[in-house]
Amino acid sequence: MNASAVVFYILSAFILATGLLAVTSRKIFRTAIWLLFSLTGVAGLYFWLGMQFIAAVQVVVYVGGIVVLIIFSIFLTQQSGKDLPSPLRRRTVFSALAACIGFALTCLLLSRYSSFRVKESDYDFAPDMSISAIGNQLLSTSEHGYVLPFEVISILLLAAMIGCIVIAMKSKPGDK
Amino acid sequence: MNQIPLSHILFVSTALFFIGMYGLFTRRNMITMLMAVELILNSVNINFIAFNKYLYPEKLEGVFFSLFIIAIAAAEAAVAIAIIINLYRNLHSIDVEAADEMKF
Repeated sequence: MNASAVVFYILSAFILATGLLAVTSRKIFRTAIWLLFSLTGVAGLYFWLGMQFIAAVQVVVYVGGIVVLIIFSIFLTQQSGKDLPSPLRRRTVFSALAACIGFALTCLLLSRYSSFRVKESDYDFAPDMSISAIGNQLLSTSEHGYVLPFEVISILLLAAMIGCIVIAMKSKPGDK
Repeated sequence: MNQIPLSHILFVSTALFFIGMYGLFTRRNMITMLMAVELILNSVNINFIAFNKYLYPEKLEGVFFSLFIIAIAAAEAAVAIAIIINLYRNLHSIDVEAADEMKF
């Protein structure tokens, strides 16, 4: 086992442990912080895989955007010092059972059918090459270009932004 | 990176997916349910990136799928939080059990 493998196992243990804490912690603010650690660990996994651009996007959008938004909404909607009510024991047991059975089934399928034809990855992007290739292909109008989904996503983001403003707007006391 | 078989990365993403599913089932608070959904989306992204890197290292389609998933997750989180804040204004609670009527 070399250093790269050790890094991978440490990263995955970190992601899974903080993810588990994020769904089981009783204080909602700590939940958000554990989620932040888990998402940072996923960004580290992307770095480990050699996908620098997607790791940077993960850090900027998830860690810098979504988690901050979630923390703001926690502050807006409840007292962060209070404990969450603990779920019903029956529900906890059955959810854990469902998750464990699903995990076991998927692992069984994976271990049985995981004979992928993995290419010898001698072809490795230099990081700046990879990013310029991503940019060129994302905005190209040729056969394998992604300019149409790119524009659709931009319209979707605009619609989501307007929708958020309309939904969260305070209605005046007079009308309604 | 080549010493780790692809199936180990898939095991990690499967575990993350079912952790998120467990959270989605047990939590009754809307914000924590939203966090569980984010974990699930992240596990899918790990799969896309790992398949792209291991099976087709000369192509970039997995990267684009992950980018679009991240963009849609951001839009979804923003809309969900707007809805949660609106519900909190009307019901003074963000428990899903409290939101049991479809009247505004």
